[in-house]
Amino acid sequence: MITPTWVQFGYLVVAVCFILALKGLSSPKTARRGNLIGAAGAVVAVVIVFFAAPLDHVLPILLAIAVGTAIGVIGANRVKMTGMPQLVALFNGVGGGAAAIIALVELGALADHHPPAFDLIATAFTILVGSISFAGSIVTFLKLQEWMTTRPVTFLGYPIAYVACLVAALGAAVGVVLVPSVAVGGLLTLLGLALGVLLVLPVGGADVPIVISLLNAFTGLSVAATGYVFENLLLLVAGTLVGAAGTLLTILMARAMGRSLFSTLFGALRGGSTLG
Amino acid sequence: MSDPMVWLIFFVLAVFVGIEVISKVSSTLHTPLMSGANAIHGVILVGAIIAAGTATTTPVLVLALIAVVLASINLAGGFVVTDRMLRMFAGRKELRSRGPSTGSGR
Repeated sequence: MITPTWVQFGYLVVAVCFILALKGLSSPKTARRGNLIGAAGAVVAVVIVFFAAPLDHVLPILLAIAVGTAIGVIGANRVKMTGMPQLVALFNGVGGGAAAIIALVELGALADHHPPAFDLIATAFTILVGSISFAGSIVTFLKLQEWMTTRPVTFLGYPIAYVACLVAALGAAVGVVLVPSVAVGGLLTLLGLALGVLLVLPVGGADVPIVISLLNAFTGLSVAATGYVFENLLLLVAGTLVGAAGTLLTILMARAMGRSLFSTLFGALRGGSTLG
Repeated sequence: MSDPMVWLIFFVLAVFVGIEVISKVSSTLHTPLMSGANAIHGVILVGAIIAAGTATTTPVLVLALIAVVLASINLAGGFVVTDRMLRMFAGRKELRSRGPSTGSGR
């Protein structure tokens, strides 16, 4: 897939928009302008992709965009101020879910063509991290919405279950690289979903925003990996920006709340509960 | 451009840019910044559109279209909810700064 120069240039402009958006968002005076610059960049990116290469199924795609945009905008406009954090969690989750689905689809396409190992590693990474982000975000949403207990949830044998799941997921990720097939990818998805749930269960209500920020960084990294597989510079740069900025933001948020990231995630396992 | 090394360079440079641009964020803006960054990764929509536009079988097309819907929710909803948060912030600040002598200024 050779990308025309004007498309690369357009993606560069969009990437600069995203950098300016993050920059603007970190100062009260420029925050709103920054967000609008980011939104403008996103619109440009979506327009470019339709003209970058010939695409089939344009009508269903436009319809799907209209449906998703309507859901997102209506949800964002209707939500009460107190409900915003869980809405952000939900938005983050669906983004991670989208990345995981795309990686699964791409795995199916790659499987027959003896793809380079790096492509398969990036694909496995996206499937795993995208599904962790999806499932984890759904649980944070349920916690903040108080549709489930906001107290840290652990059970007997939780650490064993967590480690077993982690090892199995890493094994399945290696499996995707060695024997690329949609079946192994599907298994990896399921293990990723389970890991996402297990990651967030022991986190107490007050600590949940920190975890949302962490999962936000996760989704960013999975978007970056998708960019590598698709040889799409914009996805790589935008995803990496969010992954890096999101990781730092997670640390800053934890510090501002007087918490360490480690005790937030694993405190409940050591007996001391995370803030409930 | 397919040389992995080139992509690694882009990746490393973007990591430094991402860290650098937000390193001075004030703590009141943590949540809007998280929300804005969340909207930015909604640009995965570009990948979803490419996947749907190059689908050759129906199951793949259906899955890719689902990804398009999900990514659009992330992208559009993300920017709108961030803007709402920031509008509230601005409103609150206006109220606070509206003293008896500075009625006209912001």
